[in-house]
Amino acid sequence: MEIDPFIFRLSIFILSIFIGYYVVWSVTPSLHTPLMSVTNAISSVIIVGAIIAALSGSDGIIFSSSSIFGFLAIVLAAVNIFGGFLVTQRMLAMYKKKKKDK
Amino acid sequence: MSANLSAILYLISGVLFILALRGLSSPETSRQGNLFGIIGMLIAVTVTFLSVSNFSSGFIYVLIFLAIGGSIGAFIAYRIPMTAMPELVAGFHSLVGLAAVFVAISAFINPEAFGLGTPRNIKLASLIEMAIGAAVGAITFSGSIIAFLKLQGIMSGAPITFKGQHVLNALILILIVVLTFYLCSTQSANLFWILIAVSFLIGFLIIIPIGGADMPVVISMLNSYSGWAAAGIGFTLENTALIITGALVGSSGAILSYIMCKGMNRSFFNVILGGFGATEQSSSSQNKEQRPVKSGNADDAAFLMKNASSVIIVPGYGMAVAQAQHALREMVDTLKKNDIKVSYAIHPVAGRMPGHMNVLLAEANVPYDEVFELEEINNDFANADVAFVIGANDVTNPVAKTDPQSPIYGMPVLDVEKCKSVLFVKRSLSPGYAGIDNDLFYKENTLMLFADAKKMTEDITKNL
Repeated sequence: MEIDPFIFRLSIFILSIFIGYYVVWSVTPSLHTPLMSVTNAISSVIIVGAIIAALSGSDGIIFSSSSIFGFLAIVLAAVNIFGGFLVTQRMLAMYKKKKKDK
Repeated sequence: MSANLSAILYLISGVLFILALRGLSSPETSRQGNLFGIIGMLIAVTVTFLSVSNFSSGFIYVLIFLAIGGSIGAFIAYRIPMTAMPELVAGFHSLVGLAAVFVAISAFINPEAFGLGTPRNIKLASLIEMAIGAAVGAITFSGSIIAFLKLQGIMSGAPITFKGQHVLNALILILIVVLTFYLCSTQSANLFWILIAVSFLIGFLIIIPIGGADMPVVISMLNSYSGWAAAGIGFTLENTALIITGALVGSSGAILSYIMCKGMNRSFFNVILGGFGATEQSSSSQNKEQRPVKSGNADDAAFLMKNASSVIIVPGYGMAVAQAQHALREMVDTLKKNDIKVSYAIHPVAGRMPGHMNVLLAEANVPYDEVFELEEINNDFANADVAFVIGANDVTNPVAKTDPQSPIYGMPVLDVEKCKSVLFVKRSLSPGYAGIDNDLFYKENTLMLFADAKKMTEDITKNL
């Protein structure tokens, strides 16, 4: 009997939860705020679905009822991607300073 | 582009996201991590463009909308003050949630585009995933909006509670499950809309009873939800990058919520059920008679610090409110010039989100190796001469160690009272968020400095 591809995706999902668990525990507490902003940025990879939705119109119809939701989702996700990564970068740049030698 | 190739590239992008989080294990590698994240995102977006075969004129519009959203995001990212980071993150979570809802709606209206069947005849598994993605997304959206309004001060941070609240919430949650079940058997569009509307409602209802100082838990929890919503959509779209990311973000938020709850010695359910701080005032604090406190001015504080050889600074949310981090750093610079050893002690729940204080101190150019977590520094208080408490309160309350009746009993606290002397900057003697008196105020070795945190810090610097 063939295995449903869903099972493979479920496996990826479960294993990723464990990876996330161990990776996040190793994040230093002083970087918990950047952690939140960067997870926020990467979860906006949902833009992938938004692009597919936006380009779903067929026969030259660009703005159908389903693609409009796609376009809206693109705007929202793009705010997050740019905002999330840039604000993380801005924060992390501040952590640069090493202890000055007296 | 072949489906296999794009699947592999999505996998690579997922791996890069893992590396992005891995980089945050130390400040040195963190910027490289962020770069990995950006590359991962670029790959994912590019692959999607290449795998959508019809390069219609819609493509241009995608780029236009991408540019609109991107410039808004970039503008916000550069303009936002660091003290507003909790609001920003809450706001961003709401956008992820809403995006998930929109993608789910689009997939429901036009399943052919996603290869999920035809309208009213969507594959069962896809429909379940879609419903979960939409419901969790909607909860994330409305919950984050409430969190944003509370953090921004537009809405009062006080918990909003009413009779039968928990019963109502439980009923709505059951309703969501029932709606999902009927949606799957009837494929009715109306049920889909109702499901989304009810999910918006429950997101709103579960956040309003939670008070302002519990926001670290709420933000972390919503962070987690946004991840699960993304994963739900990832299953719908059969997209590995989304599934991996959703799982990472979901577990990340869950761990942060756990750390925050532990920092307050409260269970997750206790926080979520809310109402903390609204009802507890009556018992112990009110029937106590007025106890004497010693208060001083900037001159006294400067004198104490000048004669100290080591000082530990305990910042809290009040420092963020007063924007005192730069003034604080100037004071510390002056202290260091006098060969006084200075370190910072950060409680896990100081501020309004995980790591909030660390970011503010980093902004004020405090080197991160002078900043310590509770376990790292708690033993040092006994050997320090002065503890300078600025904007923190409950996290220093010795009652948590001594009084089993206290609502915060058992919460890990900073052993500030073990210092030779304690300087406590505060505007008044009012109790902290937990609604309980801080015993520290009345200790022999405590000097209260009643003033705005920023002004007091500047005055001390002048007197040093």
